Amino acid sequence: MFRSLFGSTTENEPNLLERLKQGIQKTRAGFVSMLDDALHGKKVIDADLLEELEYSLITADIGVRTASEVIESVRQRVDRHLVNDASEIRSLIRQHLIEVLQASETPTPLVTEPPAVVMVVGVNGAGKTTTIGKLAHRFKAEGRSVLLCAADTFRAAAIEQLEVWGQRTGAEVVRQRQGSDPSAVLFDALQSAKARRIDYVIVDTAGRLHTKANLMAELEKMTRTAKRVVPGAPHEVLLVLDATTGQNGLEQAKHFTESSGVTGIVLTKLDGTAKGGVVIAIARELNLPIRYIGVGEQVNDLLPFEPERFVESLFETS
Amino acid sequence: MFENLAEKLQRVFKNLRGEGKLTAENMEAALKEIRVALLEADVHFRVVKQLMESVKQKALGQEVLGSLSPSQQVVKIVRDELLHILGSHTSRLRLASEPPSVILMVGLQGSGKTTSTAKLAKFLVKQGHRPLMVSVDVYRPAARQQLAVLARDIQIPIYEGVPQESDKPLELARAARREALQSNRDVLLVDTAGRLHIDDELMSELQQLKELLNPSEILFVADAMTGQDAVKSADEFHKRLGITGVILTKMDGDARGGAALSIRTVTGQPLKFVGVGERTDAFEPFHPDRAVSRILGMGDVLSLIEKVEQTIDQKKAEEMQRKLLDNEFTLEDFRDQLKQLRKLGPLESLLGMIPQLGPLAKELKKIKGTDQEKELTKIVAIIDSMTPKERSNHMIINGSRRRRIAMGSGTTVQDVNNLLKQYTQARLMMKQISGGMLGKKFGGKMKLPSLDAFKFR
Ligand SMILES: Nc1nc2c(ncn2[C@@H]2O[C@H](COP(=O)(O)OP(=O)(O)OP(=O)(O)O)[C@@H](O)[C@H]2O)c(=O)[nH]1
Ligand SMILES: Nc1nc2c(ncn2[C@@H]2O[C@H](COP(=O)(O)OP(=O)(O)O)[C@@H](O)[C@H]2O)c(=O)[nH]1
Ligand SMILES: [Mg+2]
Ligand SMILES: [Mg+2]
Repeated sequence: MFRSLFGSTTENEPNLLERLKQGIQKTRAGFVSMLDDALHGKKVIDADLLEELEYSLITADIGVRTASEVIESVRQRVDRHLVNDASEIRSLIRQHLIEVLQASETPTPLVTEPPAVVMVVGVNGAGKTTTIGKLAHRFKAEGRSVLLCAADTFRAAAIEQLEVWGQRTGAEVVRQRQGSDPSAVLFDALQSAKARRIDYVIVDTAGRLHTKANLMAELEKMTRTAKRVVPGAPHEVLLVLDATTGQNGLEQAKHFTESSGVTGIVLTKLDGTAKGGVVIAIARELNLPIRYIGVGEQVNDLLPFEPERFVESLFETS
Repeated sequence: MFENLAEKLQRVFKNLRGEGKLTAENMEAALKEIRVALLEADVHFRVVKQLMESVKQKALGQEVLGSLSPSQQVVKIVRDELLHILGSHTSRLRLASEPPSVILMVGLQGSGKTTSTAKLAKFLVKQGHRPLMVSVDVYRPAARQQLAVLARDIQIPIYEGVPQESDKPLELARAARREALQSNRDVLLVDTAGRLHIDDELMSELQQLKELLNPSEILFVADAMTGQDAVKSADEFHKRLGITGVILTKMDGDARGGAALSIRTVTGQPLKFVGVGERTDAFEPFHPDRAVSRILGMGDVLSLIEKVEQTIDQKKAEEMQRKLLDNEFTLEDFRDQLKQLRKLGPLESLLGMIPQLGPLAKELKKIKGTDQEKELTKIVAIIDSMTPKERSNHMIINGSRRRRIAMGSGTTVQDVNNLLKQYTQARLMMKQISGGMLGKKFGGKMKLPSLDAFKFR
């Protein structure tokens, strides 16, 4: 069951699961677990094995610190003879990572009065606009009305890009000309959605690096504008993170959370070979839930995040 | 902020001073720190492992040079090794003898291909070329339009195809080349759709484009924020296409860019350009030395100096640099520097470049946006309330002077104390730098090059 901003919607679960599996596996033909390899080869827990573990974790972009901490906790149990069998290590680590991700899960806020405002933010090229197309498709499928707000007024043809997604999903797009004030477009969109009781407004923002103070301030201004027109808005601020991102992802999450109050993460491009392990560090440090994963460029390629499946995929080699 | 590697190593070797040799024992802790720094910078696990091996071999048994501390010696070895991998000079573009030369831009989704295509076109025009651009991204919504808008902005011709006619990448490319020949354009830049390296169909499309166009350059455009996966994508693109160079984009952020090392290691191909912003002029040749100090978390001091140079007049910049090196860094300089920093723009981005500002930078980083400005204003006010004598010699500022300064600047004695503490710490840090990483003692190569050396355009 999937919980949307307006409460739960029933969805065809098996279908979803299938797609998730496909999404994650489509590209990982003949996967052999590195860890399994490591563990089946040996029975004793030695330095080599621990290095193998470290390899799996670090190459999944979990980060050297987080990896060391995870391994250290395992090593301690080994030292205390709490773990006798090498194969137990795998499930220990898995369990540990799943717990980290589960601990940061928070329910989507409930919105009683439309419009529910979803703002989508992130660095350049992360997959924001595409994710918005996919979200619009999802909300539409729930029978909701959706309005897209073209507040990326900076990048060349960004507005036109969003308009194509509007056509694809049957969602209306509110736009102004390139170069206009994003807050002004947002204001328009929210006014219009409020007057017509549209269920969802999804706001596309220009990609920006979190180090640019002026651009981050622009986001803050947008959140203020949203609040003024629709009390409680934005109800959800999704940070779109590219799974190929390394340790910089943590900095991104920190800064975007500070300036625009991120409430959840969308991890895109998981249909490639990148694992997106940096979200583990993000979950640990910032307690941010991962809401969805992106597994392709089509409207259907957005799936709810599932900690167990995700952790499993971290250890798959491709 | 990361404690920078030089500081860490200094700590590691603190107790080892006087030892004349790098030994297995005193190296171990140092190597560990270096390993962590490289992994944090997203250099691939295997690449790091290899690097550690060769650093160890080079370092073991080496005599520590008279003027170097063991930590400096190790940093130098690592640095040289990284420089060796990245190549020691900026590479040029290869163009065909028979025009039009074709440059094919390839890479993952969202890496910056389209933007870099426009940037490169502009760069080529400056060099006296007559480029034509074409986008064969028929997949992403409004992708071709994106390049068309950029082309209009920079006033460089683009082949847009014939409306309602074929929109197949190969046909578009063929027609564009014909157009280039007819309109006497000497370089054809081909922007392609982003694709995953494991997308067999789209990867063979690139191979067909290559066959058709016989490009003189195939540039792999990669995002500086890329993590461990960089080796896989770069490797596959290289295997399929034989890339001839790399463009590293989004270097205007704070990513350490270790992917550059990974990509270079698996492909063997040179990094040629970096993207440093969204605008079409934010494009520079790749500088291995800058990349190395950035990967090592030493702060992008060179880029900072360049930025300073653009904003502040040359004389001031040279003066500042000299003082930094000579450690004649008075409170007055401290204030001027802060003022200049403010002129340079968002403080955060600058502080990212100069961890060497030390404790002060760390403090400032903690304070947010407008507060930071306030804090700066306060510091400047305090220093303004000092007498010139006090400014040039902080040692004379005793209790009663502190009270007077606090009154004069509308702050508290506590504030004045804090400032003096920050200043002495910053000064100490500078001393370490000028005696260390950037110092004159460090052999010709490690010296801060003269400002002229930065002029490459
Ligand atoms: N394979 C794959 N590609 C994706 C996914 N999500 C987005 N993309 C692609 O990534 C590229 C960038 O996506 P956009 O949606 O334009 O990203 P953006 O964050 O809006 O980019 P800017 O607005 O330019 O900052 C496009 O080529 C998308 O098709 C995904 O889940 N998988
Ligand atoms: N900050 C920054 N953004 C960049 C840089 N290069 C490209 N971008 C942005 O990254 C996003 C994706 O770039 P684009 O050229 O469309 O990538 P493509 O999908 O590979 O063609 C856009 O928002 C660009 O404005 C850069 O060097 N710095
Ligand atoms: Mg976009
Ligand atoms: Mg493009």
